[in-house]
Amino acid sequence: MTRKVLMKGNEAIAEAALRAGCRHFFGYPITPQTELAAYMARKMPKLGGTYLQAESEIAAVNMLYGAAAAGVRAMTSSSSPGISLKTEGISYMAGADLPGVIVNVQRGGPGLGSIQPSQSDYFQATRAMGHGDFYLPVFAPSTVQEMADLTFTAFNVADEYRTPVVILADGMLGQMMEPVIMPEAIDPATLPPKPWATRGHEGARAHNIINSLHLDAQKLYEDNVRRFATYEQIKRDEVRVETYRTEDADIVICAFGAAARIARSAVNAARERGIKAGLLRPITLWPYPADAVKALHAKALVVVELNMGQMIEDVRLAADGAFPISFFGRCGGIIPTPDEVLDEIVRIHEAMEDEEGR
Amino acid sequence: MADQIEAIFAGFGGQGVLFAGKVMAYAGLIAGREVSWLPSYGPEMRGGTANCSVTLADEPIGSPLVLHPNVLVAMNQPSFDKFLPEVRADGLIIYDDTLIAPASAPSKARIFGISATKMAEEADLGGLSNMVLMGALWEKARFCAEGDLIGAVDECVSASRQALVEKNKRAMMLGMEAARLI
Repeated sequence: MTRKVLMKGNEAIAEAALRAGCRHFFGYPITPQTELAAYMARKMPKLGGTYLQAESEIAAVNMLYGAAAAGVRAMTSSSSPGISLKTEGISYMAGADLPGVIVNVQRGGPGLGSIQPSQSDYFQATRAMGHGDFYLPVFAPSTVQEMADLTFTAFNVADEYRTPVVILADGMLGQMMEPVIMPEAIDPATLPPKPWATRGHEGARAHNIINSLHLDAQKLYEDNVRRFATYEQIKRDEVRVETYRTEDADIVICAFGAAARIARSAVNAARERGIKAGLLRPITLWPYPADAVKALHAKALVVVELNMGQMIEDVRLAADGAFPISFFGRCGGIIPTPDEVLDEIVRIHEAMEDEEGR
Repeated sequence: MADQIEAIFAGFGGQGVLFAGKVMAYAGLIAGREVSWLPSYGPEMRGGTANCSVTLADEPIGSPLVLHPNVLVAMNQPSFDKFLPEVRADGLIIYDDTLIAPASAPSKARIFGISATKMAEEADLGGLSNMVLMGALWEKARFCAEGDLIGAVDECVSASRQALVEKNKRAMMLGMEAARLI
């Protein structure tokens, strides 16, 4: 089925996961993510897979750990407060080098927050998906098509590098419908074997051990160093970014996910007024597309986020003082309008002209 | 009608505003356009009202949230009162005048009251006033070919409920005919 269909973002992630060979899903309901689990509940049994609604988020993530240890493609999904509960398990997965896909359809926080769209888990996703020295790849879709495509990619990246991977979406992307063409389904039986997995061997080889506990300091040190060598490889090979009208742009907006859609509308409106604006949209939030930021020839950057300013720290690190950087955002579930972002661009443009006129 | 349609469908939960919006979005998809559909799912939905934003465009769609629609389909008084002032000057308003007191449109927007609930009930199509309004909207906006709209109903109603497909289409035809007369 390569026909274009209209789907909710949450459902597109679920369908793409099934097509990527995921046959094990462990969930717990929470708005605005619930359609993802509901879709899995409907479809998974028909494919002979396991849909399991766990007794809690913590149980669900540890089921993910178990399924991943057995070598199968597995997923869990939740929204912000639920992801916080999963972070212990995600840290264990990172420590045990287990591939798995974790979906966060973000809502406003902190605490129980709101059920409205938000990007306030950027810090959590890129810095602190649990305790310990680790990172994990974070994909930030901006369209329903990308919800599907990046889910497919996430499973491949997870398996290739033996790491948990996060898909960082939000309530707007999860709830909205857009046309989507699904990737071709693959048969999980045709996936590359995982010789490290604990799936029984009838005494044919030495035991595989999946574990994140090392009481020997030297062994844990070496384990971390080896893992960070893998991170360097991920940073080299897996960075994804989209630039839009940046070639001649004086003012470049940096935005990801839902915010990037709003920013894109604002960039077009600014261009219509003769202001040279552009958009840099990170698709991977870790590894961060720092080189793409460095390569800009802009006079000013504006970071637009649905939070109080989180990704701006990575933009500042990447820019390293090369551009003036300002922030525009809304949080708590309020979606900024393209007009508000346009006003910000116009304001910066006028300040720039004043500066040049002086 | 403007090339880019930014529509809001609004009413009580259960009246089928989300479904009507989905039919419009699917019609746009079949017509080969860029489309987006965004429901309200927040606290206001828990309060009993529902609405969705639908955009049909020829360029990739930025924000799917419609704030200043050029199409408003209103199915209850609170939604009508809330969104009427936001409709753009070149806009089109279709409302169910069985449930909503007539009002004049802001500026030069075109406004049409359709007795959708009454018509649906009299035609033994109770609960399909949403599709009566959909038909009226299509008649006044012609945002796609008629075949695309019919095809969208087929896509949006599961094949196992064929009787419902026909009822939806009949309701839509009623709306088209009514709108042709005003």
